[in-house]
Amino acid sequence: MWEYSEKVQEHFFSPRNAGAVEDANATGDVGSLACGDALRLTLKVNPETDVILDAGFQTFGCGSAIASSSALTEIIKGKTLDEALKVTNQEIADYLDGLPPEKMHCSVMGREALQAAIANYRGEEWKDDHEEGALVCKCFAVDSTLIENTIRDNGLTTVEDVVNFTKAGGGCSACHEGIEEVLTKVLAEEGKSFNPAARSVAVAMPAAPAAPAKMTNIQRIRRIETVLESIRPTLQRDHGDVELVDIDGKNVYVNMKGACSGCQMAAVTLEGIQERIIDELGEFVRVLPAQAMPKAERAYG
Amino acid sequence: MTTDTDIQGIYFDNNATTMVDPEVVEAMLPFFTEQFGNPSSMHLFGNKVGFAIKKARGQIQELLGAELDSEIVFTSCGTESDSTAILSALKAQPDRKEIITTVVEHPAVLALCEHLEKDGYKVHYLKVDGKGRLDLDAYREALSDQVAIVSVMWANNETGTLFPVLEMAEMAKAAGVLFHTDAVQAVGKVPIDLKNSAIDMLSLSGHKLHAPKGIGVLYVRRNTRFRPLLRGGHQERGRRAGTENTASIVALGKACEMALEHMSQEQTTVRALRDRLEQGILEAVPYSFVTGDPDNRLPNTANIAFEYIEGEAILLLLNKLGIAASSGSACTSGSLEPSHVMRAMGIPYTAAHGTTRFSLSRYNTMDEVERVIQAVPPIVAQLRKLSPYWGANGPVEEPGKAFAPAYA
Repeated sequence: MWEYSEKVQEHFFSPRNAGAVEDANATGDVGSLACGDALRLTLKVNPETDVILDAGFQTFGCGSAIASSSALTEIIKGKTLDEALKVTNQEIADYLDGLPPEKMHCSVMGREALQAAIANYRGEEWKDDHEEGALVCKCFAVDSTLIENTIRDNGLTTVEDVVNFTKAGGGCSACHEGIEEVLTKVLAEEGKSFNPAARSVAVAMPAAPAAPAKMTNIQRIRRIETVLESIRPTLQRDHGDVELVDIDGKNVYVNMKGACSGCQMAAVTLEGIQERIIDELGEFVRVLPAQAMPKAERAYG
Repeated sequence: MTTDTDIQGIYFDNNATTMVDPEVVEAMLPFFTEQFGNPSSMHLFGNKVGFAIKKARGQIQELLGAELDSEIVFTSCGTESDSTAILSALKAQPDRKEIITTVVEHPAVLALCEHLEKDGYKVHYLKVDGKGRLDLDAYREALSDQVAIVSVMWANNETGTLFPVLEMAEMAKAAGVLFHTDAVQAVGKVPIDLKNSAIDMLSLSGHKLHAPKGIGVLYVRRNTRFRPLLRGGHQERGRRAGTENTASIVALGKACEMALEHMSQEQTTVRALRDRLEQGILEAVPYSFVTGDPDNRLPNTANIAFEYIEGEAILLLLNKLGIAASSGSACTSGSLEPSHVMRAMGIPYTAAHGTTRFSLSRYNTMDEVERVIQAVPPIVAQLRKLSPYWGANGPVEEPGKAFAPAYA
């Protein structure tokens, strides 16, 4: 049985805004029958103000699909279309106090139904911009299609690469066999074979790590900041963040913030950050949590 | 997940697992305490346990109608039995690189076969028709001296549909091919007489017939060429090393003895409960139908497709009323496709996702059946009201055209 939050259960057992809106002037139909989830969203929009006066849903789907649909309609009612378009699937999931990783696609479906309905209202053609594959990494809800595309786009060759680029496999590591299978398949398309002993792509690329031996302190700090900037969006997707606290020789001290602080995955994340900084600087550094700073510095710093 | 009521739950999910019978529990308990010896030991502590295992082996032999008790090999579960049987056949006949099985097998067999394909084995997956039945001509064509083993389930776990394993085993024998059957769902529900069959190996699982989880059996006909999965100690005559799970073995023996006593009850009482349940629901719920082969299936299983709604939602609402069943929808399994069994029978997506399996046991009552018959129609109606395929009083006209969502 799935672990559904009280909020999901409540929206499933007593859904809000079920059924089609009368005199609707916007309709969005999305979903996949094969997957067993499909949603029709109907909206009544005030043509003068673009405000969503009423929203209703009809859903063929599981408990969380129905709950996500219900939550979506509650969130967007009273918003203008432009405001509504800013609603992310994470907001829908948050509204329900979270969804199991296997069910995050239900919230994605809600957001896409909204996009489709607004496109329909505006007389535009809406095209689905993502497809979904089988769930590979359950820790971080990463599916095979995302992994395949990331492998192709970045020329990845190792499980380690996939972990660094997609987070898939960065948790319990039980899906590494699955990741190897995806790698084998994608590499085969290019006539290559998967080699478990291959070096990860970041190390194999000669250009990047060939940093000048002598970097000024400022240059060094900036490059570390650049790496952190590039990682930040990934962490923020999970409601976390990272900030640079101090650099002391080979030791880089960072603060894990938001959901990242105290997360059991923090150590894994630090390792990932460390690897990226090493790649960028071309020298070995150790990334440590700020709590690990020598006491005196912490007290006076 | 909690239920609304404090009423006693209704358990209609016996194909998933069963309650351990109190008498079975009673039989096994001493083997955790005073009867703790290792049956391999020479002293009295071990000796008595050894005799208890021998008795259990005999009880299982009797239920299966096996010729000898030495044909019973204890394993940890049905999956281990299936893997042992198939891998043994491949190992013993290294020149044979083909396997015959069906598209509707349990993952214990299917996933193994798919894995073996990666290792270069060729697997023939026999197809089924709309009622889940095999084409024996296609089977006959696939049989050859290249085939190491045929593995075909006795009864399907989702629909209860029975396969003609006795006939198929004879055909395999005539072709000189080993025959294994995953009988996990059939043992205890249908009479079995292995000594008068051509079946070489058979898997069973304790927890499907009121024994505990963690105990299984592989029947291996005498003189069958066999290669163990686990090597080590001499337990099970060297065919399955590892210290015996004595308490569960004793429990399985007791459960098999009780299953034999109640065999006629499965065919009469349980069947009558199932038939009433099915008839009651089909009568009250429009656009619902039975999947599988109603004329040839397990007496305890009813698999009903409720069109235009999704199974997980049905289960959650049933659960709220304390009713336990299961579904073939994609969502209940965490996969992206509905049950492979429903897909194989060509059940359309709008119905496959709404398939709901009710599987009964001799511990269920007619009163429970009537309560479920009352509970189901409002749940289906409630979900259909939410469905984009459903209009005011029935499915919308041409549902496939009226609602054709963009893939998202």
